[in-house]
Amino acid sequence: MASALLQIQDLKVEYHTEDGIVTAVDNLSLDLNKGETLGLVGETGAGKTTSALAVMRLVPAPPGKVISGRVLFDGQDLSTLKAEEMRLIRGNRISMIFQDPMTSLNPVMTVGRQIEEAVELHQKMDNKTAKARAGEMLKLVGIPAARAADYPHEFSGGMRQRVGIAMALSCNPELLIADEPTTALDVTIQAQVLELMKRLRTEFGTSMIIITHDLGIVAEACDKVAIMYAGAVVEYGTVESVFNRPLHPYTRGLFGSIPNIAEDVERLTPIPGLMPDPTDLPYGCRFHPRCPMAREICSTQTPAISTPEDGRTVACMIYEGLVPGYDTEEKA
Amino acid sequence: MHKYILRRLFLLIPVMLGVSFVVFTIMFFTPGDPVRVMLGERAPEAEIEAMRERMGLNEPFVVQFGSFVFNAARGDLGRSLVTRRPVFDELYARFPATLQLAAAGVLVAVLMGIPIGIVSATKQYSLFDGMSMALALVGVSMPNFWQGMMMILLFSIVLGVLPSSGYGTFMHLILPALTIGTSSAAIITRMTRSSMLEVVRQDYIRTARAKGLSERVVINQHALKNALIPIVTVIGLQFGYLLGGAVLTETIFSWPGVGRFMVDAIRQRDYPVVQGGVLLLALTFSVVNLLVDILYAYIDPRIKAQYK
Repeated sequence: MASALLQIQDLKVEYHTEDGIVTAVDNLSLDLNKGETLGLVGETGAGKTTSALAVMRLVPAPPGKVISGRVLFDGQDLSTLKAEEMRLIRGNRISMIFQDPMTSLNPVMTVGRQIEEAVELHQKMDNKTAKARAGEMLKLVGIPAARAADYPHEFSGGMRQRVGIAMALSCNPELLIADEPTTALDVTIQAQVLELMKRLRTEFGTSMIIITHDLGIVAEACDKVAIMYAGAVVEYGTVESVFNRPLHPYTRGLFGSIPNIAEDVERLTPIPGLMPDPTDLPYGCRFHPRCPMAREICSTQTPAISTPEDGRTVACMIYEGLVPGYDTEEKA
Repeated sequence: MHKYILRRLFLLIPVMLGVSFVVFTIMFFTPGDPVRVMLGERAPEAEIEAMRERMGLNEPFVVQFGSFVFNAARGDLGRSLVTRRPVFDELYARFPATLQLAAAGVLVAVLMGIPIGIVSATKQYSLFDGMSMALALVGVSMPNFWQGMMMILLFSIVLGVLPSSGYGTFMHLILPALTIGTSSAAIITRMTRSSMLEVVRQDYIRTARAKGLSERVVINQHALKNALIPIVTVIGLQFGYLLGGAVLTETIFSWPGVGRFMVDAIRQRDYPVVQGGVLLLALTFSVVNLLVDILYAYIDPRIKAQYK
């Protein structure tokens, strides 16, 4: 078995706001092996970005607060590191691509300089070597090196996202966290960016976490997938197994919500209801108010994590045998 | 960029014309007869009339204004009614002192305001933040003349370390500069703090942190430059305010500047001096404003792109 590069154990993050305490991430546990790509899927507000920021130790505090849990990176507990030690990892061994390319680059600094900075800091390069490196990185993502002297506003959204990728990859990180790297982009540009990320993975063997709410991207680019709902992972497994046979009612709901061109279905079947108010999460299973399979017990008891198959987890009463499951035709 | 600067310099012409018009009109309609001031209350009526005729004061408003503008454009601002010397020379002799005081005041304000504002923003709601915000409130509220007198009392009379008045050496500059710069320092502190607080919440600051940059680099190299536009705007405005508002400070410290000279001129109905002084201050203010606008382009490349 491949060794784990990143292990998140029982992570809990809260935001203390004026409207009350928001539990953004609750009891999150995830493993990522070297060279693997994990898709982190969920609706807006499911806690995907917060989880990623918690790994980087960049949860904005205040109002954010990591309540409990450990993040092991290459066997090292990141939460025990000093701020300076963490800085040596950030941008170097773990780096992140942010969601909105229009706002995540510094508008008053040339893109070249923004790449150089990280290289100078982590690779101890002098300015000249760093400049050359920045040029190489830009070329790698398909931007002429000469444009290093330009400012972010002189680039299109897609190019800015590629600059963000070049920046994140400039120090050859072992782990790349991409927070909705394609959400803000046009479909054609999305494909380019995904293609680029896949190529980098095969060329550099970078492990990745891709945060998205687009199941298509997961199918396209990921090995494993974790489905998040209201701050917790409800289902985890290989992309193949989860896509072929989703177990959790929420995952099934997600697949029911996307159009399938092969099947002649009159209507999509959306998940009824909305994400719960994060300051007032339902008791028991967080999904029970929207769950078609819910029984009495779901509103009183939090589901444990079951392992119905090897390498596969799901948090649902059905797999604890406490609630009747899907019909026999499902098992066929 | 050069074209932009050139165009802005041309724009100074209508601005100065407008300022001249306003000043000239106000002085024209202000009650009080300058000729009587010049010749004294007991001068014979015929002599006064002859003098008015000679000075062109009996001409219609438009003609007087026209000749004022025409002369001013050639650098001739008339002669002071009191000292009989050319206004231009009088102002030219005093302007460096005013400029020096205003520049020193701005320097004090910037050197105090920006660092305190940055630290306040990075440690929001800390003891330091609370104290500096309270001090800033005191700073803007304290009347200039009172603060000046208190500083003279403390540093000149009790401690005896700094001169209470006069002009010429660096030691003479310290107290007036502190007095005049305090309220600006307070305003710049507040502006720096709020602008920095706005900027540190931006996504690109998170990106900078995600690169592993130290907090010092994040604040000084990424955040500050982005926060600078409103700060520079305020500094420019404060500089203009210090140029024109130095009257009290100049009086308290017997500073030989334009402000005190103009106050005397107003009292004596020395209208050529008042007009010339206002024109000079307006011109300086406009030039400072232009410099601020040019500075914008060096701070923010997006603004530079607009300066075509």
